[in-house]
Amino acid sequence: MGALATNTVERTLDQDRFDYLLHLGDNALVLGQRMSEWVGHAPALELEMAVSNLALDLIGEAQLWLDLAGRIEGEGRDADRLANFRDALDFRNLLIVEQPNGDWAFTVARHYLFSLQHLAVVERLSESRDEEIADIARKVRPEIAYHVKFARSWIERLGDGTEESHARLQRAIDRLWRFTGEMFAPDAIEERLADEGIAPDLRTLEADWRAEVEQVFEASGGLDIPEVKRMTLGGREGHHSEHLGHLLCELQFLQRAYPGLEW
Amino acid sequence: MSNENWQLYEIFIRSAKGLSHRHVGSVHAADPEMAIEAARDIYTRRNEGVSIWAVPSSAITASDPDAAEELFEPAKSKIYRHPTFYEIPEGVENM
Repeated sequence: MGALATNTVERTLDQDRFDYLLHLGDNALVLGQRMSEWVGHAPALELEMAVSNLALDLIGEAQLWLDLAGRIEGEGRDADRLANFRDALDFRNLLIVEQPNGDWAFTVARHYLFSLQHLAVVERLSESRDEEIADIARKVRPEIAYHVKFARSWIERLGDGTEESHARLQRAIDRLWRFTGEMFAPDAIEERLADEGIAPDLRTLEADWRAEVEQVFEASGGLDIPEVKRMTLGGREGHHSEHLGHLLCELQFLQRAYPGLEW
Repeated sequence: MSNENWQLYEIFIRSAKGLSHRHVGSVHAADPEMAIEAARDIYTRRNEGVSIWAVPSSAITASDPDAAEELFEPAKSKIYRHPTFYEIPEGVENM
């Protein structure tokens, strides 16, 4: 009886770790795919190099999380398999990362708001009791710190730039804000993992995040934080916007059309 | 996006501690911070450097190509300025 109970707990913990790693991996994968959409379309050659580097960082991060997820699952699925052969309903990413690029202001606003939370999460995960998770977090942390720095410099540049750049950035923030609540609203899985000392308690991260955003917005031509009555949630449970399906269509096309193709 | 407010920056990279910065190319940027970011992405993505300098191209004073003769020609005939007439003593490995 005792042994059975222990087994049940272990199974649940692994299931939780698997789902949580999908969440981390899918955030990076989906945002990486979004950033890669700028290749060939960025406002300047220099920015083209910048976004493709950001995209590569994120795809590389996704690979680490998803490979670990596959090993924990133990059914022979690696990162490629998990990325290419799940449908939108099975993706656990935050809604903010799947929002279409829009203009450059929207892209950098999305990147700033998410990367700031992303950095706080990987900083905490670097101290995780789960050594495998902590190792990956320590590896990606400097990259994400650069993402924050890059995106913040664009918030300042556009916010404090021309009337048009300020207006475009404010419009982007107004449209994105309703997706920011989800970044600090853990589901039952993350709450259990936080209790285990594996994942951070997201609610403890929000105050610092908000303080930095307020400070940067204030210094960037006085950008306003919009009032949102109810935040949009659901990404972790697979309730995505219509945009994710289109994104996956492009991301997964090759492996769906030619399964197992390698080059 | 209008790039009319962007300017050209010359980029210098130090490849390792103890070496000097060397000119590697140029980038367009709206401000110095962006020039550093662009240089990082373009010139150091294969681990080429440990330090970046970005200098507005407009801040560089260049010698006049038409003055090359008077500037550089006089040095050509003074081969004794080159340290090529010294015997290197045996046992000295690196000179």
